[in-house]
Amino acid sequence: MARTRTPVVADWFTGDSDDFTLLGTRCSACASVFFPREDIHCRNPWCAGGDLAEVPLSRRGRVWSYTDSRYRPPSPYVTDPELPWEPYALIAVELESERLVVLGQAVPGVTVADLTVGMEVEVVPGVLHEDAETTWTTWHWRPTGVTA
Amino acid sequence: MTGEVAVLGAGMHPWGKWGRRFVEYGVVAARAALADAGLDWREVGSIVGADTVRGGYPGYVAGATFAKALGWQGARVASVYAACASGAQAVGIARAQILAGLADVVLVVGADAAPKGFFRPAGGDRADDPDWLRFRVLGATNPTYFGLYARRRMAVHGDTPEDFAQVKVKNSALGALNPYARYRKRVTAEEVAASAVVADPLRLLDICATSDGGAALVLSSMEFARRHGVAEPVRIRAVSTVTPTYPNTVLDLPDIATDSAAAVDPAAETFRASIARAAYEEAGVGPEDLSLAEVYDLSTALELQWYEDLGLCGEGEGAKLLREGATAPGGRIPVNMSGGLASFGEAVPAQAIAQICELTWQLRGDAGDRQVSGPRVGITANQGLFGHGSAVVAVR
Repeated sequence: MARTRTPVVADWFTGDSDDFTLLGTRCSACASVFFPREDIHCRNPWCAGGDLAEVPLSRRGRVWSYTDSRYRPPSPYVTDPELPWEPYALIAVELESERLVVLGQAVPGVTVADLTVGMEVEVVPGVLHEDAETTWTTWHWRPTGVTA
Repeated sequence: MTGEVAVLGAGMHPWGKWGRRFVEYGVVAARAALADAGLDWREVGSIVGADTVRGGYPGYVAGATFAKALGWQGARVASVYAACASGAQAVGIARAQILAGLADVVLVVGADAAPKGFFRPAGGDRADDPDWLRFRVLGATNPTYFGLYARRRMAVHGDTPEDFAQVKVKNSALGALNPYARYRKRVTAEEVAASAVVADPLRLLDICATSDGGAALVLSSMEFARRHGVAEPVRIRAVSTVTPTYPNTVLDLPDIATDSAAAVDPAAETFRASIARAAYEEAGVGPEDLSLAEVYDLSTALELQWYEDLGLCGEGEGAKLLREGATAPGGRIPVNMSGGLASFGEAVPAQAIAQICELTWQLRGDAGDRQVSGPRVGITANQGLFGHGSAVVAVR
């Protein structure tokens, strides 16, 4: 039976290939951008408050910093305790036009040795984990110099 | 300038992994602080507990839990949770009560019993909780954030893993002299470099452990201290517990993203620097007046960051300050004479109180082998999850 593809968090991203983007919201009054999305109130204390509309975030940004998880994180991160732990890289990416930094996992196979601060990366669809019925989808950062 | 309160007593339960309830550590620390103050528990008009989220309901009502364990005696009670800054907020509440004339003597207690391994979020599926989300979506443990900050320093300021290791070398040598520290063994740079990488570029010996421990303070009005026969007590002159300013543009635990600076330019100073500035302003002192500092070295690299945020040196000059020996014993501004979190590990609600215990002993000249020469002014600095942080200035 085919697994259902389900975002790990609803409404944080959309698309499944070149059209993949993170989704934030923007205040109609002050143009502040929020990710994770704010849907009720603008958090800018100097803003009287406007409507918050969904906006796609820039697909490309530059590495603000990076690290990795050499040890298995605790739940609710889902891992198979039967399998040896495979470290993955985490990248904090600065988006120029939104002027914010978003954290994400690197695409599988990219390690800290492949990364530098300031390097250009792009957001791509990724798989967080799979269980019997569901493929849990997420976003990954991929260096634009990598074609894998 | 706000009024001062006196520190009449300081007490701690040794840090470690003792496997007992947090209440026991808190009560031992409280009794030690009361004995240090020369006061009976029945003379305390108010008790403020710093909460732990790891002890079930008694942890959420820590003030009452400690009051009951010490023996109900009718004191006013409060409990406060502010992540790593819980202890400092408890001190802030105690100070406010004293300065408002609501209590002459207040007992402040924090204690924790920590699990093995990484801190983890509370149970349940809670997609509206940023702390739950960062684990569920990214597996982002606390050390991964420390790793991000450390790598950023390496890229922007040219810090090296060897610089970070030297923080551990310094702090472990001081922890070896502190009977309340969990780790009492000196560590070499080679041992740091040989320890396993946890979150690149940080290794196991760069990152603070999670510990059991308890700390307590007896605070009073200056008038009560005089009546009690303490003419020149250590005084708390500032308690800064400010929140960040929007937009907060440094990725902060447990967030997945920063605020956006698209609409509003960020303040010239970071959140951490603003915590320190508020304390300096309230105390009417500056970094040049300091005799010592206790800073929150969740990682070795973060200690260097605090040097800059406290204004002990310019931005990017933290590693240079360390290399010059300025922050070592005998230096211009010794930092973490207690041995720091590197030697204690973190017992969350107790840690900010423990920082003030060290300032108290140092300012009284009671710090034994760790004693700084003739200290007059000390500062603590601390940062926790969810926009919390603190800085306390104590003087004598």
